[in-house]
Amino acid sequence: MADTDDEHTSPRNPDNRIGLERQAADKAHEAQIAANPPEGPDGQPLHKPSGMTRVVRDRKGVRKVVEVPSTGHSWDGIEEYDNPLPRWWLWSFYATIVWGVGYLIAYPAIPLIHGATQGVLGETMRSNVAAEIQRFNEANAPIQAKLVETPLDGIAADPDLANYTANAGSAIFRTWCAQCHGSGAGGATGYPSLLDNDWLWGGTLDDVYTTVQHGIRDPKDGDTRYSEMPRFGTDQMLDDAQIGQVVNYVLSLSEQPHDAAAAAEGATVYADNCVSCHAEDGTGDRAQGAPNLTDAVWLYGSDPATITRIVHDGPFGVMPAWSGRLSEAEIRAVASYVHSLGGGE
Amino acid sequence: MSQPDIDPPQLYAAREPIFPRRVYGWYRNLKWIIMAVTLGIYYITPWIRWDRGPNLPDQAVLVDLANRRFFFFWIEIWPHEFYFVAGLLVMAGLGLFLFTSALGRVWCGYACPQTVWTDLFILTERWVEGDRNARVRLWNAPWSGHKLRLRLTKWVIWLLIAVATGGAWIFYFTDAPTLLRDLVTGQAHPVAYITMAILTATTFVFGGFAREQICIYACPWPRIQAAMMDEDTLTVAYREWRGEPRGKIHKGEATKSDGGTKGDCIDCMACVNVCPMGIDIRDGQQMECITCALCIDACDEIMDKIGKPRGLIDYMALKDETAERAGAQPKPLMKHILRPRTILYFTLWAGIGVALVVALFLRSPFDLNVTPVRNPLFVTMSDGAIRNTYALRLRNKQGAQHDFVISVADNDGNAVPGVVLALEGQTGNRASVAADSTFTQRLYLTAAKDSPLATGGQAELTLWVEDATGGVRTHIGTVFHGKGE
Repeated sequence: MADTDDEHTSPRNPDNRIGLERQAADKAHEAQIAANPPEGPDGQPLHKPSGMTRVVRDRKGVRKVVEVPSTGHSWDGIEEYDNPLPRWWLWSFYATIVWGVGYLIAYPAIPLIHGATQGVLGETMRSNVAAEIQRFNEANAPIQAKLVETPLDGIAADPDLANYTANAGSAIFRTWCAQCHGSGAGGATGYPSLLDNDWLWGGTLDDVYTTVQHGIRDPKDGDTRYSEMPRFGTDQMLDDAQIGQVVNYVLSLSEQPHDAAAAAEGATVYADNCVSCHAEDGTGDRAQGAPNLTDAVWLYGSDPATITRIVHDGPFGVMPAWSGRLSEAEIRAVASYVHSLGGGE
Repeated sequence: MSQPDIDPPQLYAAREPIFPRRVYGWYRNLKWIIMAVTLGIYYITPWIRWDRGPNLPDQAVLVDLANRRFFFFWIEIWPHEFYFVAGLLVMAGLGLFLFTSALGRVWCGYACPQTVWTDLFILTERWVEGDRNARVRLWNAPWSGHKLRLRLTKWVIWLLIAVATGGAWIFYFTDAPTLLRDLVTGQAHPVAYITMAILTATTFVFGGFAREQICIYACPWPRIQAAMMDEDTLTVAYREWRGEPRGKIHKGEATKSDGGTKGDCIDCMACVNVCPMGIDIRDGQQMECITCALCIDACDEIMDKIGKPRGLIDYMALKDETAERAGAQPKPLMKHILRPRTILYFTLWAGIGVALVVALFLRSPFDLNVTPVRNPLFVTMSDGAIRNTYALRLRNKQGAQHDFVISVADNDGNAVPGVVLALEGQTGNRASVAADSTFTQRLYLTAAKDSPLATGGQAELTLWVEDATGGVRTHIGTVFHGKGE
């Protein structure tokens, strides 16, 4: 509520007509104000005096009193002065302009139709990245050479190599291996977990190293780990009844719920068709990548339907060989890293 | 309103040179003492030695960025204890609030490096070129051999001070004697030279030329302080009711302080001439004023000479100025300083300080940090057991290698049946951690098949680590994820 008797709040006081009201009033009288600028005694346009002065000294050191003009803005009795900016601010502004011109000349700056100006320093982001990569490669060269020369079983004992393989191996894993095995190496259906203590082709550092080097069932690598489980159903080696029996037998090996009568029948089927790879007791054979059927780890799943499908169609998981794509040091690093994830033997 | 000698306003104004006159008095002496103490602390601290035994630096105060350690006498701060630094910064902020609400811009006037170094530079300037009048004459004089010689002498001394300032800073970050030798022989790291060059340049320019411009235009702190002051804050002010109307008086003539009608101010300009900010305190509170109190000394000297009471310019609160004007007595100083606002600031400041000290003494000589690896949540082992993996960080903050035994218990301290603890690459649950270093390794907890942990959902556990030599234990809570929901 405006108190009309209070000069600070009374709308009758023209100084209080701020904001839109004042702007509207000024707008309405724009032409009149422009035609009649207030003039000082010397005929020059007069700034609204603020009543404040500054003492300055001219170049000869003579003291002068300079009026500090008001911008005319006043809120709650606080007036906005129109003080001059310090001149060094102006110079620092000019300095930024000079810097900007220099920058335009030195660095890529002005976009043209077919690219941008190159800049006399010849600096590009690509060359910076290339130089950085080269710098890191050079910095890593000695330890990579040492890693290649050290026998695999000596890596963990050397703190420098252990530290390097833990970090570099982790980076390589996340770049090249995580797509199938997961960034945490926990695997997925059909892609083995590298964290547990169940290995298809062996879990020693040598075994892992060989697997990374040559891959599994990679047609482009002559030394690749290779085996093929027959397609018992597709190739009509077993009929559906036999498959059902052998699946129940396999379920019995890992003590899962099964039909005991069918499993007893399946024992014969198993003995005739499976023992050469999965062994008589079902513990498998790492030389052939034949999984252990008695444990709790299942690559494709342990439910009857999945096992039936595997026996019927035969699995054929492939892992690429990395010897042509990663350097020897990188393969050793990533093999050491995988070996250290908790399942290494 | 306009006067004949008023120039038309300009867009830009050149800096007005200020020639502060030498002043003697209580506040000037206080400022000399503070300058000596603060500069002494700054220059000498990196050279204090502190024996910490082998493998650790023997510099009392060292910010070891490369090894991520901060040494302060007997205290060693690791990066994970950065909250100590945060706490100190909060205390510094609250301390400034406290001082500002009680005593105004006392930081600006006495302790700010900008003020201290500018004071030192003005001291040099006076020593080389003479006091105010001589400096004004020299400023107005045309260039000559004499002027050039004085200017060069001053600049060289300033530059030496600036080099010493920039040089002292870098000694805080590495072993000072080694760095000094490397600096002199040209073998120090380029970063040392660049840092030194930048700080030399800023000291030279800020202390020699920019001076009050930094306080007025560059520093944000004066603006914040304006909000921290109130009518009870003690600040430097002019007793206008006593001083005005100012003007010449004859010897023995009565003024307001002894019953006359003239003011006590004889308009001698002493307060203006000594001001390092170039303002006239008689114009009232101004944003330029850093409350260095030199005008108090200058005016008291004049008042003594003309036989009037001291305190025409004095530390006072705005409330007192009003009260005195009306003829009342001012409030006692302590009543200005002790009021709810300052007591609140002090309580907060002291509370954080006490908390930091308590935290400092509660620190364990080693530190355990365990993060469950959640990708995947758990691993099924071939025998059906469920294993969880944890990223373990064990920091040994002691100066010698120690063996640590890690064990697991439930939250009541009871053993958890069916759970086996293992460390990657180690046999058993012992880890040997080198002096002043961090042991990082995967820690495995394996719950036997069909055990409650394996079949359950998320369970809470406590990991304990015990120093095999000292028997000191510390613990941290974590969780185990079973395959259940």
